[in-house]
Amino acid sequence: MKSLRIALVLGFSTIILFGVLYPMAMVGIGKAIPHQANGLPIEKDGKLIGFENVGQPFSSSQYFWSRPSAVGYDASSTGGSNLGPTNPDFLALVQGRIDTLIKYHPKLKVEDIPVEMITASGGGLDPHITKQGALIQVSRIAENRGLEVEALNQLVEEHSESPFLGLFGPSDRVNVLKLNLALDELAANQN
Amino acid sequence: MNTEILGVILIFLLSVALAWPLGKYMVKVFRGDKTWSDFMSPLERLVFKLSGIDPNQPMDWKQNLKALLGINIFFFLFAFIALAFQSLHPFWNPVGIGNWEPTLAFNTAVSFTTNTNLQHYSGETGASYFTQLLVFCWLQFVSAATGIAACALLFQGLKNKTGSNLGNFYNLMMKSCTRILLPLAIVLSLILTINGSTTNFDGLQEVTTLEGETIQVAGGPTAPMVAIKQLGTNGGGYFGPNSTHPFENPNYLTNIAENIAILLIPMALVFAFGFYLNRKKLAMLFFAVMSILFIAFVAISVSEEMNGNPAFTEMGLAANQSNMEGKEVRFGPAASSLWGVSTTATSNGSVNSMHDSHTPLSGGIFLLDMMINAVYGGVGVGFINFFVFVIVAVFIAGQMIGRTPDLLGKKIEAREVKIAALVVILHPLLILVGTALASYGIVQNPEYGWLNNPSFHGFSEMLYENTSAAANNGSGFEGLGDNTQFWNILTGIIMLLGRYLPIIGPLAIVGSLAAKKPVPTTSGSLQLDSPAFGAVLISVILIVAALAFFPALALGPLAEYFTF
Amino acid sequence: MFTAETVSQAMAQSFVKLKPALMIKNPVMFTVELGTVIMLIVTILSGFTTNESLGSVGYNTVITLLLFVTVLFGNFAEAIAEARGKAQADTLRKTRKETKAKRLNDDGSITETSSSDLKKGDIFLVEEGDVIPADGEIIEGLASIDESAITGESAPVIREAETDHNSVIGGTKVLSDQIKVQVITEPGESFLDKMISLVEGANRQKTPNEIALTILLASFTMVFLIVTITLQPFADYANTPIAIAALISLFVCLIPTTIGGLLSAIGIAGMDRALRANIIAKSGKAVETAGDIDTLLLDKTGTITIGNRKATGFFNLNGKADEEFVRLAVLSSLSDNTPEGKSILKLAKKQNVTVEKNSVGDASFIKFSAETRMSGVDLPDGRKVRKGAWDAIYKWSDNKTDLEKLEEKVKEISNNGGTPLALAVDKKALGVIQLEDIIKPGIQERFARLRKMGVKTVMVTGDNPLTAKYIAEKAGVDDFIAEAKPEDKLEYIKKEQEQGKLVAMMGDGTNDAPALAQADVGVAMNSGTQAAKEASNMVDLDSDPTKLLEVIEIGKQLLITRGNVTTFSIANDVAKYFAIVPALFAASIPGLNAMNIMNLATPESAILSAVIFNAIIIPLLIPLALRGVKYRPVGASTLLTRNLLVYGLGGIIVPFIGIKAIDLLVNSLL
Repeated sequence: MKSLRIALVLGFSTIILFGVLYPMAMVGIGKAIPHQANGLPIEKDGKLIGFENVGQPFSSSQYFWSRPSAVGYDASSTGGSNLGPTNPDFLALVQGRIDTLIKYHPKLKVEDIPVEMITASGGGLDPHITKQGALIQVSRIAENRGLEVEALNQLVEEHSESPFLGLFGPSDRVNVLKLNLALDELAANQN
Repeated sequence: MNTEILGVILIFLLSVALAWPLGKYMVKVFRGDKTWSDFMSPLERLVFKLSGIDPNQPMDWKQNLKALLGINIFFFLFAFIALAFQSLHPFWNPVGIGNWEPTLAFNTAVSFTTNTNLQHYSGETGASYFTQLLVFCWLQFVSAATGIAACALLFQGLKNKTGSNLGNFYNLMMKSCTRILLPLAIVLSLILTINGSTTNFDGLQEVTTLEGETIQVAGGPTAPMVAIKQLGTNGGGYFGPNSTHPFENPNYLTNIAENIAILLIPMALVFAFGFYLNRKKLAMLFFAVMSILFIAFVAISVSEEMNGNPAFTEMGLAANQSNMEGKEVRFGPAASSLWGVSTTATSNGSVNSMHDSHTPLSGGIFLLDMMINAVYGGVGVGFINFFVFVIVAVFIAGQMIGRTPDLLGKKIEAREVKIAALVVILHPLLILVGTALASYGIVQNPEYGWLNNPSFHGFSEMLYENTSAAANNGSGFEGLGDNTQFWNILTGIIMLLGRYLPIIGPLAIVGSLAAKKPVPTTSGSLQLDSPAFGAVLISVILIVAALAFFPALALGPLAEYFTF
Repeated sequence: MFTAETVSQAMAQSFVKLKPALMIKNPVMFTVELGTVIMLIVTILSGFTTNESLGSVGYNTVITLLLFVTVLFGNFAEAIAEARGKAQADTLRKTRKETKAKRLNDDGSITETSSSDLKKGDIFLVEEGDVIPADGEIIEGLASIDESAITGESAPVIREAETDHNSVIGGTKVLSDQIKVQVITEPGESFLDKMISLVEGANRQKTPNEIALTILLASFTMVFLIVTITLQPFADYANTPIAIAALISLFVCLIPTTIGGLLSAIGIAGMDRALRANIIAKSGKAVETAGDIDTLLLDKTGTITIGNRKATGFFNLNGKADEEFVRLAVLSSLSDNTPEGKSILKLAKKQNVTVEKNSVGDASFIKFSAETRMSGVDLPDGRKVRKGAWDAIYKWSDNKTDLEKLEEKVKEISNNGGTPLALAVDKKALGVIQLEDIIKPGIQERFARLRKMGVKTVMVTGDNPLTAKYIAEKAGVDDFIAEAKPEDKLEYIKKEQEQGKLVAMMGDGTNDAPALAQADVGVAMNSGTQAAKEASNMVDLDSDPTKLLEVIEIGKQLLITRGNVTTFSIANDVAKYFAIVPALFAASIPGLNAMNIMNLATPESAILSAVIFNAIIIPLLIPLALRGVKYRPVGASTLLTRNLLVYGLGGIIVPFIGIKAIDLLVNSLL
């Protein structure tokens, strides 16, 4: 009987402490920095157009494309492909992606394709591609938007992020959403 | 040097550097010494008073075990009921998510109670805010605290010269929550929030993309949940794809912080052992043994992932590109491998890349890590598992120097060996029998269609699921279609056995050691803190634990590797 | 090490031991036997059906035979150890042949009977030239006895009633005098009988450590049983049919058959080594415990010093030794039968002073006693001459000024490890007699060796603290108990045990019995009293006090051999895996042949080679098991490193070489 009381009271009081008070308090503190606490939203003309770190599917030839996504960048139900490296279906899928890239970028050589452009990320929402991944797309965008290749290369270069503190982690990655926003701006300024 | 590898080194060194003072602090908490966190005591006293607990009442191993199991039964029952009747609680369910199928509710309740966090559901689509917080977030605290408290009981048992008092489980559990997990979780949660991990109750938000499409983006109280999931080696993601999701792990800095959080308490407990028993040198030896395995595993996994998929080279891609399937560009292959080894070493189970898509040897390393399940290990239970290997190693090494073996001055005899042997058998029993049942099932009924990948990799998926359940890890080769009654019940049972027997066994050993008269150390005694004993320990871990799985690994990852 | 007789005896026993009821005591080898039976059935089935998964008859037959041989090898190891033990015991038992016994009846008459008819409590008479018919205690008389049949020592020993040397052993011969002896054991229950049954197996009980190890080995066996059984569904998934022969081979190779087969042989050999050292252990546990001893209580006399103290000098008040002084010393020692007393006469003789007992006329001699610690004589002229321990004389004497003059000399003698005796006439001190000990050569090295083993040595002596300290330092013991009374030993043992230490001691007297019983390892001298023997857990037939050192090493050797063979056995698994696992799947998963790092010719020969290696390693290690791994007192860590390199690393490497060699051989034969 005594242990029942202990289990019930200890159980419910910890539920209140760690299941209610702790997360509520953290959300409360979050209110002080709403921009961050809301996941770094990006608004344009008062409309929510995305989050800094949440990738978006870009399929038009006007934009830099993101990586392939196993869930089509569906941010309400995320996930990866979970395909193994030797799975024939997976390899066929990759071959298809290579073919698509080559089709839309006729001058592109297969050996210049960076690996992230033909593989899906784990969460399906990867906001980044490598600088190389962006550069191979420049010719297509320049053609479609009537922009200078040089200016676009410059744009990619500007958006290329360096490692953490310049020392740790992968270098030369580009946030596709931010790059495309800047691309729109560049295009708007030119016209 | 490659900045990715520098990042890996930084994370490891920072973890060690932070674990040392944390270990010291934890010992103070266990002992009840004065600390800065004493302002928590009125709160703790209130809870104890309400529940009728005398936190200073000394308890022997059986009383403590009864307390541990009793409160864990409550954890399970509450979780099961809350999940099975999820639709009945109207508040905090903005999307209106329904009741769970009973076997899924059973599996998930067991999963979170046992600190496993194997998820056969998908976070953002299956669980309401009520479930996420009042069930998952809560259990991520108390199940971790259960492990830490059990470990503290073990420390006291080993410290006792005589006497059976191991301390008070309730007291240790409560203080592990309030003084160890909570402060760390608050700090980590803040770091995450500042870096753009959502910390709100906004449900789905509609986004109009640049290309004009409308998409739904799920948010929620991610940061506080992720903080405790990493620190408590829980690993249950707020979102389906866990810490690959940008809201769970927005950038490289949060990745550093979260990876440290995964390793922090398991590492600190090894040091805590040294401070608690005043055997720092021995703790360093244990830490070195674990770290040698850890670093070797990281090295293999990192190099395999950075070397990438040879099949791609055949397709004409430039050679030596890393394997990026299932990985995030912002973390890169090295940090993904480090995380993978960290999460499987510590029975955490959160991922920042999809393990199913790792190259065969890297996936094999993750498997091996969980098969050993004592390289740092889960909070509390990791050290307890390691302790079983120590018993076996002491028993063998003791004889090799011509004495009947003793551990810290207590003779290891038939009873202790019997219990340790049972625990040693348990892990391969659960993993191999579980995988055998699954293999049999899929061979007899190919229409089940569990497997997302054919051939050897499919076998690895089944092996991984069972290993993850037995090791209370929770990560998966997620391609496996695991939300079926078969997998829910099988892994549910495996998780229960894999959690409680390895806690009961070592506590029973300690209880039996406590009753023994201590023997003095002489120059003829086995010196535990010697490199020679370290070598015995590593050999025991590799030969006894890892070799049992050699045939299974040969049919899965190794076969896949050699058929490349 | 082996004789034709023991080998043939052991071979026959190997088959007898196949009985499952006996095999089950050794779980590891029992599973191999089960595997053999299953393989036998599979072989027969494969002869009559054409089911491919059963494999070919020829191959199955070979595997069956190899498994059978593995079991036999294990049994042979145990049997040969037993046979050797038995042979050793038999030589001792030969002394037990039927002899005539002269039983004394209650009315004093004598009945001639056979030794086997003597019951416990019977009293028999033994006269010059008789062989003593049974173990017993002298209740009357004194005799010199030839014990060479038991101890191999040819010098006769004196056994006397009411002393600490009142035990006689059956089979020994009385050389002179006659004694009355009471039988102390029922026939067949003597220590020797007990020891024989310990070696022979019927009553052999596993020692605690052996039990624990058996449990661990059984659990490894369980693990590999699970590994093997679950491999079948795994292989089904991978579309790789595995023949039953291959699965059972894998299982037998992985389980620790090497240590499983040798475990009891190692235990028996340990007992046997004790027996060879002429030590009768009452249980295997005692031998095992001996390896753990932390503290060793050693009697000074006979262990640390040669024999007894000897008189080496006479000093009167002026520091010289005039003839009159020596004469008085001799007179006072005439009735002192202690070795010290006798040595005084010897020293006097060297200085040409001899006094016959009857030459002093009607003197009354005062015997030496432990209470007064003095001996002496009251001469017809009224002079009272006394010689004794310094403090005894000090008390007895009433002229303190002379005593004070002597004190300096006394201190000097004590400080140099000697023992001063004082001589006084009419309560007036005349001078001192110096007694000295001779420390055994090489004893320091032995104690240093013990110290490296972690054993603390304690010298027990009746000497005064100063003398004791000097000898303790000179001999290199760690501690000493001076002016020791029997209860001091008991106290000391208890005190050590309270700190958790294990204590060993040797003793012979009845008053040693409580301490012998209290000690964790008590070794009684065979010459000692029955009470001492009953209280101890080992009896040393040689009554050699230094035997304790050997006992400890035998105990350590036993454990080390067990630990090292276990390590070797488990380490072997690495190579066996690399031989068998690629072989199992090579046909259907060619890629896995990359793991065939030994480059074994075919899957069949790979499995065969592993099984053959697994079998022959058992007989190859029998000599090691019987001889025991040599113990080196080099400190625990060094010892561990060394053994780890030899048996751990060796255990990994040797099978790689062995299996490869066998594979080459097998293929050249095929």
